[in-house]
Amino acid sequence: MHIPTFRTQDDPGPDFAALLRSQGLGPAAPASAVTTAGTIPHGTTVVAIRYAEGVVMAGDRRATSGNLISHRSIEKVFPADRWSGVAIAGAAGPAMEMVKLFQLQLEHYEKVEGEALSLEGKANQLSQMVRNHLPAAMQGLAVVPLFAGYDTRRTVGRLFQYDVTGGRYEEDDYATSGSGGLHAATVIKLGFADGLDRGDALDLALRALVTAADEDSATGGPDPIRGIWPVVATIDAAGFTRVDDQELAERYATIAGGAR
Amino acid sequence: MSMPFYVAPEQVMKDRADYARKGIARGRSLVGAVCAEGIVICAENPSSTLRKVSEIYDRIAFAGVGKYNEFDQLRIAGVRAADLKGYSFSREDVDARSLANQYAQILGQVFTHEMKPLEVEILVAEVAHEAADDQLFHLLYDGTVIDEDRFAVLGGDAEAVSERFGAAYEADADLAGVLRAAVDALAGAERQLVAAELEVALLDRAGSRRCFRRLADDEVSRLIG
Repeated sequence: MHIPTFRTQDDPGPDFAALLRSQGLGPAAPASAVTTAGTIPHGTTVVAIRYAEGVVMAGDRRATSGNLISHRSIEKVFPADRWSGVAIAGAAGPAMEMVKLFQLQLEHYEKVEGEALSLEGKANQLSQMVRNHLPAAMQGLAVVPLFAGYDTRRTVGRLFQYDVTGGRYEEDDYATSGSGGLHAATVIKLGFADGLDRGDALDLALRALVTAADEDSATGGPDPIRGIWPVVATIDAAGFTRVDDQELAERYATIAGGAR
Repeated sequence: MSMPFYVAPEQVMKDRADYARKGIARGRSLVGAVCAEGIVICAENPSSTLRKVSEIYDRIAFAGVGKYNEFDQLRIAGVRAADLKGYSFSREDVDARSLANQYAQILGQVFTHEMKPLEVEILVAEVAHEAADDQLFHLLYDGTVIDEDRFAVLGGDAEAVSERFGAAYEADADLAGVLRAAVDALAGAERQLVAAELEVALLDRAGSRRCFRRLADDEVSRLIG
């Protein structure tokens, strides 16, 4: 372990990304288009839906490299900190790295400053990280996340969607990202109502993912044979809670019963 | 041409040590001790915003006494080192011993090479899954590292507090018992300390990731009740 020291004017403050750059550990953008190096894994459909107590986030488990399925059980929904979550779509490698860095950025800020960032501050942080990633996105490594959290100061669930340039758009009701996002969004749009309860919001997210998997080859459906279910989490006053597979399997059984 | 006066190195070191000790003696003390629930750190601190006890990493906490701005700089440097190490390698690879050695190096370097030593004493604590494996590193202003056994007392009045605490402390006691002993030891016979004058944090042995938790005033009142 090496303790970094700084002159006052070079001090990176609570910014972990700046600290990494100062130590020469910051990520470098690829020099040429990555597609020339062959296809790389991409993650696809993620959704976020607001409900009465907070926000539901869900993502399928498939990663594809061109026509091939590269992973069946990749995870795309992560806790960002105790009160917020981030879901990723796009080039899997850089996306995972971005999530890791984002989680660390929030934790680092909280530890250095002694107080957590506001939800707004977290959303802006992610926006900056997506924008800094633009050179890599231009070379074929686009990452387009969703961010959702429970705003402990306003006591509501809020969700944000991004574009590849770091544009940040707060959505009122729901947001989707990834190749199956369009189909998922249609399902959610038709099923959404203000003040959904937890169970209805979970079912809506699961149905949206099923439809996305039906229509989009890059989105994986539920896999009862291997027991692979989407990653689903709720974020409410109790914080980020991952929904366990048992409950998902039961909900899928009910959905399948009514879907024929 | 004027020649600087010769001062014996023993005298230089002694003057610096006296200077540092005087600075530390002005501040109030703190106690860090192993209990059944984890490691509890209890500091006498009337301020609720300028912290003496803080989180460094998942299972590592930091506590400092002496000059606030100096130990706070050390705290931030420790958070940076730990986060960088966890990022470059893995979260499991971040440990208190290596951090304590780095702190010792900085403190020693400043003590021997700078005009003014750092007027601080710090504690680096790491909670393990078994109480027997808990680590408490007590660092002095000159870079001396002490691997404390079950508890550490830092600050101006350390010897007296340590004696009082050592007499009342039982290693396998629970959080409430250890905290009561710590508060009584910090207060001494003539005073009574209330929750608002204390800063208490726990490294929770049962925690899964970030184990550091501050105890709010009402929780402290209930525990020492």
